[in-house]
Amino acid sequence: MTQFTNEDVKYFAGFAKLAVSDEEAAVYAEKLSELAGFAKELKEVNTEGIAPMTHPIQLYNVLREDVPVDVLDREEMLKSVREHEDGQIKVPNIL
Amino acid sequence: MTLVNKTAAELQSLLHNKEVSVKELTESAFSRIEEVDGEVQAFLKTTKEEALERAEQLDQEPMEGRGPLFGLPIGIKDNIVTKGIETTAASKMLEGFVPVYDATVVEKVNEAGMVSVGKLNLDEFAMGSTTESSAFKKTTNPWNIAHVPGGSSGGSAAAVAAGEVPFSLGSDTGGSVRQPAAFCGIVGMKPTYGRVSRSGLVGLAGSLDQIGPMTRNVEDNALLLSAISGVDARDSSSSSQPVPDFRAALTGDVKGLKIAVPKEFIGEGVPAPIQNAVKEALNVLESLGAQWEEVSLPHVKYAAPTYYVICSSEASSNLSRYDGIRFGYRAEGVKNLEELYTRSRAEGFGEEVKKRILFGTYALSADHHEDLYVQSQKVRTLIAQDFATVFEKYDVIIGPTSATTAYEMGQTVKDPLMLYTNDVLTVPVNLAGVPAISVPCGFSDGLPIGLQIIGKHFDEATIYKTAHAFEQATDFHTRTPSLGEGK
Repeated sequence: MTQFTNEDVKYFAGFAKLAVSDEEAAVYAEKLSELAGFAKELKEVNTEGIAPMTHPIQLYNVLREDVPVDVLDREEMLKSVREHEDGQIKVPNIL
Repeated sequence: MTLVNKTAAELQSLLHNKEVSVKELTESAFSRIEEVDGEVQAFLKTTKEEALERAEQLDQEPMEGRGPLFGLPIGIKDNIVTKGIETTAASKMLEGFVPVYDATVVEKVNEAGMVSVGKLNLDEFAMGSTTESSAFKKTTNPWNIAHVPGGSSGGSAAAVAAGEVPFSLGSDTGGSVRQPAAFCGIVGMKPTYGRVSRSGLVGLAGSLDQIGPMTRNVEDNALLLSAISGVDARDSSSSSQPVPDFRAALTGDVKGLKIAVPKEFIGEGVPAPIQNAVKEALNVLESLGAQWEEVSLPHVKYAAPTYYVICSSEASSNLSRYDGIRFGYRAEGVKNLEELYTRSRAEGFGEEVKKRILFGTYALSADHHEDLYVQSQKVRTLIAQDFATVFEKYDVIIGPTSATTAYEMGQTVKDPLMLYTNDVLTVPVNLAGVPAISVPCGFSDGLPIGLQIIGKHFDEATIYKTAHAFEQATDFHTRTPSLGEGK
């Protein structure tokens, strides 16, 4: 698929948790079609037997000592939170 | 007393001879900012009160024990968190967000005795190459304010070029330190992936992002990279490779240096003034005893689409943390949790950010994961192998940093794909994880041209040696734009 419809945009926006109006969907349909068309040329590359690269520098088993250390203060962190109560973050109704 | 044109070493000697105090240096940075930032618009926030207070404390420190960066002003790209100082990543999503800790690089510049003077503008979440996608302001190019400074570290580049600060920190995911450095006629280094801790960098693409120093000259750049490098327990992707004193590499001796020039970097897409500037730079290096040959990096023609798939995929995952709950923008009047997520994200993110999140979500979706995301990772392997093959025979790779000089404001909005094709000179470096610098190598119609020097993994020293030898043989780094009183 390299031509996005408004419905396609809304489908992916659903996974990305982005509210998209009809007008916006039309704009993104055009932009995403352009990007997908641009990415299509990757298909012409022969990658048989080539391992995918997940990380530019190979590091193995990065571990640290399992000791407690001072971390960030909860009261300080809660200053960024809009609504909280008794040290817990409040959210609207789930259902 | 002005900072303009002074190197770290010169400023240090003024401090040691007590011709100037740290406080006076800091004041001079702010007076320059007040003089020119109305035109340049590099800073999102200045922290004058905190900076002057810190400068006074630093003035009490004994001269012995002060390092080469002690007391010198620095600006920080606003996607690097600063404790107690608003950090926005130039997004409405993080407007008013006050971090509770310092990024590791901020701790390190503080330990070096530097004085942070404020936070610098960028493309929203570092997605862009013009700084026009900032949610807050448009930074101009100090050489011609009708043009963009480049991006995404446009504020960091413009502030240094305009003489507001001698040092700044930027971040580079696909060229965001090097391209604005080229557009603004300064020196910008994208270190080896893992050289500098990313702890406290607002993440864009975790396998590509790297913080880098931006300065007016190569020596200052080497000093700042030495100060910010090193393994960090808070970033498991940081490398335990030893950090050399990069300044020690600035010997001026490039005799026998083997330079590769990829034909893909000086091909037909690159206009004559830029090709000529690069060829002239190669002549300069040759006259100093280096040798160059043309080579090929056959897979870099796929670098731009590879980059856009990987970067967007990682960004779509990274930016899922902005949910309107724990920090950042929260939509008002929502009915339930689902609407809190979808509306906070829709209202908090700008258009470019949403486009990349959507594209990344598409590339990672079950139907397209193999043919887009995994395929791009395989092409990434081929691109990295191209570099490895060339570096078996050569010490550095040289080409232009950008195929154009700074765009006019608004120009790229009309032709977005032009941006993607221009990225082909910078994104291969991030995909391979190798280090690269941009240094000034000429002018075209009054706008600077950048020379890109790429090195082997963890061999920033050879890049600095080459860049410094070139810089000392030319005078591009001594030129300054006409701004403020000197106009």
